[in-house]
Amino acid sequence: MAKKRDLIEPLDFSKKELEELFKLSEKIIKDEKKFAKCCETKLLATLFYEPSTRTRFSFEAAMLRLGGKVIGFSGSENSSAAKGESIRDTIKTVSCYADIAVIRHHKEGSALVAKNASDMPIINGGDGGHQHPTQTLTDLLTIYREKKRFDNIKIGLCGDLKFGRTVHSLIKALSRYENITFYLISPEELVLPDYVMRYIKESKSCKYIEERDLNSGIKNLDILYMTRVQRERFFNEDDYLRLKDFYILDEKKMRFAREDMIVLHPLPRVNEIDPKVDDDKRAKYFDQAKNGMYVRMALIITLLGIKVK
Amino acid sequence: MEVNSIEKGIVIDHIKAGTGLKILDHLGINKAGVMIALIMNASSKKQEKKDIIKVEGVTDIDITALGLLDHNATVNIIENKKIVKKIHLSLPKVVTNIIKCKNPRCVTSVEPALTHKFLLVDEEKKEYSCEYCEETIKVNENGF
Repeated sequence: MAKKRDLIEPLDFSKKELEELFKLSEKIIKDEKKFAKCCETKLLATLFYEPSTRTRFSFEAAMLRLGGKVIGFSGSENSSAAKGESIRDTIKTVSCYADIAVIRHHKEGSALVAKNASDMPIINGGDGGHQHPTQTLTDLLTIYREKKRFDNIKIGLCGDLKFGRTVHSLIKALSRYENITFYLISPEELVLPDYVMRYIKESKSCKYIEERDLNSGIKNLDILYMTRVQRERFFNEDDYLRLKDFYILDEKKMRFAREDMIVLHPLPRVNEIDPKVDDDKRAKYFDQAKNGMYVRMALIITLLGIKVK
Repeated sequence: MEVNSIEKGIVIDHIKAGTGLKILDHLGINKAGVMIALIMNASSKKQEKKDIIKVEGVTDIDITALGLLDHNATVNIIENKKIVKKIHLSLPKVVTNIIKCKNPRCVTSVEPALTHKFLLVDEEKKEYSCEYCEETIKVNENGF
């Protein structure tokens, strides 16, 4: 029996495996019909203890487009967690019914608990402010399609770098590539956690530049990755209100950016990107959302060990 | 001051002066009902001052925990009043169920019956990382 595969954090897939995953994603984009029945006997469980639109819908859409079925809940109040059931017990029960599961939970490390409790493949759909590896797959596929490379990239990460799990996962994944420069643009209160900074420091050819101002470095960037200041991660509402509009990307700032720079955002956005920027050809965040569904289709196929001829 | 040598047991030597009592408490030996001698502020060639713990009748202690508490200490196993084994400690690479994660967002704060596992990430700074949330803990900030 093949060893169970999971995706809990970005390094669970090697660079070579990621490349294969992106190639499979491209095949699905080019000829989706070919994959329309490959999961028709499979069941995906979506265990969303925390609200989600994009991640949950894209997983559900991915499984349905592969011919599979979906069960699940959205909001911990709609599960036995409301009765005090542990993550471990919920996963053990769900694994009696489903073939694969995606879990989103507000506690950091919850996906690892699920992985350790389960015989079925587990996908981390976001564990608190910690990691969000499938968003990273989405980000990387978009970079792969737009830039045709992962090496020699100058990427600006702007906004909430402290609680932004998509940023943490993306840095962890990109730190394996050559000559990446991370421009870390955040207010003092929302700087990158030490453990994420360690990924960059321990990599051989990556470096970082810390900035407080979005204007100063934008002209250097190949990619600008904007993030939302997340209200749900703050214990103090006043802190959130003070920091929520710290950075706003608008048409004026975009004039300083290179013609081939791309703007990414994991979405949802609040105020950090002016909607007028949406019409700029460099704005790729809605393409990114679509890529998310295709890469999740590829991920489900890969983790279930399904071969499509 | 004279403390009798022991027949069979353990001598924990070169403990950082003033921390012997804390170590006894963390290792739980003081609750085992065995004969213990704690010598504090003894003179030392290696250190200016040191603490020493002598335990009669026990040869099995948690070396991982002791390495975490004071990795400069040495452990001498005594049999028939002679040292039969000398253990030089080091910071353990993995620490299981000794320290707990203080990150309120960590799953270990709510999920029952989890193993609290920390991995050594920076030996020089004595920093460990929680297996679940990756929060960094400095050992000397943890009350040791």
